[in-house]
Amino acid sequence: MTAPAAAVRAAAPPRRRAPARRRDWPALLYVVPALAFFTAFVLVPLGQAVWLSLWEWDGVTTATWAGAANYTAALADPAILEALRHSLVFVVFYALLPTAVGLALTALMTRVRIRGLTFFRAALFVPQILSGVVVAVAWRWMYDIDGPVNGLLRLVGLDGAARSWLGEFSTALPSVGLVGTWVMYGLCMVLFLAGAQRIPAELYEAARIDGAGPLREFLTVTLPGLRRETAFALVLTVTQALRNFDIVWNTTSGGPGTTTTVPSVYIVRAAFTTRDYGTAAAISVLLTVLILAVTGLVLLLFRERKGAAA
Amino acid sequence: MRARRETALSHTVLVLAVVVALYPAMAILSLAVSTPAARPTPMGLPRSFTLANFAEAWTGGRFDSALLSSGFVGVCVVAATLLLTVPAGYALARLRVPFAGVVLGVLLLGVVLPYEGIVIPLYRQMLDWDLVNTWWALILPQIGLSTSLGVFWMHTFFSGLPGALGEAAAIDGASRAQTLLRVYLPSAAPAVATLALLVFLYTWNDFLLALVMIPDAPGVQTAPLALSFFAGNRQAADIGVTAAAAVIVALPLVVLYLFLQRRFISGLLAGAVKE
Repeated sequence: MTAPAAAVRAAAPPRRRAPARRRDWPALLYVVPALAFFTAFVLVPLGQAVWLSLWEWDGVTTATWAGAANYTAALADPAILEALRHSLVFVVFYALLPTAVGLALTALMTRVRIRGLTFFRAALFVPQILSGVVVAVAWRWMYDIDGPVNGLLRLVGLDGAARSWLGEFSTALPSVGLVGTWVMYGLCMVLFLAGAQRIPAELYEAARIDGAGPLREFLTVTLPGLRRETAFALVLTVTQALRNFDIVWNTTSGGPGTTTTVPSVYIVRAAFTTRDYGTAAAISVLLTVLILAVTGLVLLLFRERKGAAA
Repeated sequence: MRARRETALSHTVLVLAVVVALYPAMAILSLAVSTPAARPTPMGLPRSFTLANFAEAWTGGRFDSALLSSGFVGVCVVAATLLLTVPAGYALARLRVPFAGVVLGVLLLGVVLPYEGIVIPLYRQMLDWDLVNTWWALILPQIGLSTSLGVFWMHTFFSGLPGALGEAAAIDGASRAQTLLRVYLPSAAPAVATLALLVFLYTWNDFLLALVMIPDAPGVQTAPLALSFFAGNRQAADIGVTAAAAVIVALPLVVLYLFLQRRFISGLLAGAVKE
């Protein structure tokens, strides 16, 4: 396992070029230690993941060259495809829903001065500071057959709707998804509320003089004004949705059956249960490429156009 | 009249959003303080009060050593990250570092890269170094994973300072290191503190790395990992005890958050304001 380092090394050492400006070579000493750690624990493992994905290896016996076979096998495996489909469902619950809720609620508040904003922000942010494991344990109780969700349903007379939300095939995936919505919507709201306060009040006055209703005002003033915040919220939440591991692992472990599996679950299982490093690495690389592609796509869609009002 | 109605509506919506955000946390807390005989009401309000669940979780799940592990790992990662990234961010922002653009470009990869993608090679590496089931298997990768955030964070901060600051020091004959330590660092204290808090939060809450690197060493387990094992062992633990364990694991950060919430929020939001 020495070759992957070579692929990575090419990027690191600076090569000599004609000095365009006066360069401060000793200043590199300030940067090298950080770069060394980054190379050793991020770049090299990244190269190794790509390298490992081209081999068939159980971690003990000699590895055999597999080429692209791990990738074709993974992409032809119904279980992996199902996990990727679940990831897309999680994108809806973790990213699109919280962003939409955040924008809608922010729109309600752009016309008024909010009292106690500091308190509201602090409270809305609480899900963000809790470990995924804590969140999972809390929601296992929320969804428990005797837990608050069912208690609430029974209280309003919907006894028939009460069920073991995480244990049934039909409800497990959306139930786990809603945990993600809960974790993310406060972040989106705080983000958008902060952004909305930077939108000049004159824009709203102008819109009102033009006779714009709340919807027109939202579409023409608030939404364009929150462009950067929306892009940031989407990058953050979509990434979290695709990476989703802690909450799935600690609520359902991918079950019941395979109804809530995600790629990360197969990475951990392949590496530590079935000892199939090649497949695990191939899924890792696919997941990484997917996340980088989606991040790039969001940034591309939301990039500032030259000449557009800031 | 209309404005008043809008104000009332907005605040009602906000209160509702806050209730939803806090409700699961409150529900788990009220379950944790309830006796098995008198569980919370269907709405999640407590009907009894006991601390027995906490005592049982504390001894049964070894949370004393788990909290110490998490604290130790977190402090080590924060200290190392600051030592590595404050000078790097300073140099990249204020000195003419050769290939600064390339360095920042490479580090940018680390900001967006999901570490789920590299956890297997990291595990093999730690296995080769005989570090699996030790704190180092968490500390070393976490430092590496924090460097890109840290360098970008400090680079952004130092870039925003007025140039005259360093020039004045240079005229006084201060070296680069002296300029960093005496001129820049004092004004960077708030940014450094926020970075430290963020790195500590991420390190404390990490689960996947701990699950992979500490497969069977109960004394080394971090708090979230101990909670995961404790909660997964359903036969051993009553649901109220599991709830108490979750509260124990969340408490240190919640307390930190109560005192430093402004810093937490501004830190986590900063990426949106900057580019």
